[in-house]
Amino acid sequence: MTSSSSTTVVRPRRRPARWVGYLPYLIPGVVAFVLVIGYPLVTNVYISFYSWRGGDTPLRWVGLGNYQALLHDTAFWTSFRNSVAMIVAMVIVPTAIGLVLAAVLFDYIGRKFGGRAAAVLRASYYLPQILPVAVAGVLWNWILNAETGALNVILKGFGVTDPPNWLGSTSLALPSVMLVLIWVQIGYPVVIFMSALQRVDPELYEAAELDGAGWARRFRAITIPQIRPETFVVVLTCTVAALKVFAPIYVLTRGGPESSTLVPSYYSYLNFFDKSKVGYGAAVATVLTLVIVVVAGIILGLQSRAERRERENR
Amino acid sequence: MATLTAPVSAPSVQQSRPDRRHRRGAVRWVVLALAILVALAMLSPFVIMLLNAVKPPAEYSQNGPLSIPTHIYLDGLKNFWTRTDFTLKLWNSVFISGVVAVAGTGLSLLNAYAIGIGRVKGRLWIVSLFLLANMLPQEAIIYPLFDMAQKVGLSDSQWSVIIIFTVIQSAFGTYLLASVLGTFPPALLEAAALDGAGRWRILWRVVFPIVRPTLAVLMIFFFIWTWNEFFIPLVFLTSTDTQTVPIALASLQGDRLMDVPTTNAGALVSLLPALVFFLIFQRTLTRGVTAGSVK
Repeated sequence: MTSSSSTTVVRPRRRPARWVGYLPYLIPGVVAFVLVIGYPLVTNVYISFYSWRGGDTPLRWVGLGNYQALLHDTAFWTSFRNSVAMIVAMVIVPTAIGLVLAAVLFDYIGRKFGGRAAAVLRASYYLPQILPVAVAGVLWNWILNAETGALNVILKGFGVTDPPNWLGSTSLALPSVMLVLIWVQIGYPVVIFMSALQRVDPELYEAAELDGAGWARRFRAITIPQIRPETFVVVLTCTVAALKVFAPIYVLTRGGPESSTLVPSYYSYLNFFDKSKVGYGAAVATVLTLVIVVVAGIILGLQSRAERRERENR
Repeated sequence: MATLTAPVSAPSVQQSRPDRRHRRGAVRWVVLALAILVALAMLSPFVIMLLNAVKPPAEYSQNGPLSIPTHIYLDGLKNFWTRTDFTLKLWNSVFISGVVAVAGTGLSLLNAYAIGIGRVKGRLWIVSLFLLANMLPQEAIIYPLFDMAQKVGLSDSQWSVIIIFTVIQSAFGTYLLASVLGTFPPALLEAAALDGAGRWRILWRVVFPIVRPTLAVLMIFFFIWTWNEFFIPLVFLTSTDTQTVPIALASLQGDRLMDVPTTNAGALVSLLPALVFFLIFQRTLTRGVTAGSVK
């Protein structure tokens, strides 16, 4: 306070704060952001209160009608139930397997067989992450095809007379899609966790080994707590990705058969561009957005609580 | 303590050592074998794709997917290439991803300059908003965007896809670059300001050369991410002249003419660019990331 008043004595005109001069650099970014994300997002919520067939057709106000209809829409509930399956396939299983694989590669194979062996194995786990997920989906769509697909042709070669229709039966389609997604996803946690392990002080492991702690004990007592920050990042990003998943569903099953692999993003796409129920699709997209924000908020909250507890324990 | 326990424990260690080491020797090979088995499971779809991309259809129906082709059959590849006009699709993907990579990095740099170095008021809000935008499902903005594009005559135009992805990618780029620029050495900025350099000059003559490695990494990421995108190109690029590689491959699905070699050759040439790009820039990526973090 006193310093600012003394400057006003020296200089009668107050100079604007230093940061104001940087505002012009923010203009293109903010304008583009409002135009491409802000305005469409608000408009989407607005559309969700209307019944609209898209294009030049008139909008008819229905208030919360679309949302009320969602409550009684079994396809809508199926799609969110399948989202839980997507979280299992894209978050829980890959994170658990990724933790073990990363620890085995880093702390066992890397030390017993050299870093090169670990690097080659890591690269082969990571390969599915590099290619466009739609391309991976097309490849798997063929492999799992009931008639000409590689898997069933191999099974027939072994004498299986009636191999299952992996993507075409209501009971098998979801597990098949989940397997493909696990295959796609696993490399990501492995790579993140392995780079996280490089951060961990090797003396911790050496000390534990001298104290006679076996591999499993070191994994539980050192590896997991030490890389907790990265685990939260992986869980957060993969959960958001699992809730948003679209391309694999589109190329593998188109949500079928009989909605058994329907997910929210594909359901809103169907309403927008296939059924011309734009207001309804907008309501689905709005609910999905809210679910993602709430779930992400919960994960971030858990993370900060875990960090706080760790600081108190120290 | 150490002198007391040493003689006691020494004999037991000696006793158990050879035995334990022998057991460990076997265990480590089992662990390695398991890790290799997982790797083979991960690689097997690629191997099957490679084998059947160049296998004649008759051989496939006779010997199945696991046989080694007796001769290289390229008709599947030719078939796919001409039917999709793949050269054009490659160019479309390169063009869209390239423009987005450059424009998105440029926009990120401008934003991050104001936020990280300018320390603009409310910067925490701006960064959080950008991060939130990164989590949004694209479905929540797609229809209004689709509608806007039609109104301004940009429907089925690659420019609408370029504009949208430039903004989406720069939302992440701003967050990353702003935190890098937040730690920029102030002495450098002050020295440049004393020399009479304005903000625009400082950005290009002082800040830009130093963060160039980080910018290179961002550009590579933006290129790969845009290349792999599916949903927005699927909605916006409706005619075959404008489509990108993943859309071209997916839109041929279920086509009667997509026999086994054509499907596999199509998948192969569609994933090769991403793979080649990744291999070329793998070193730049690791180098760039560390260069950015050390500063």
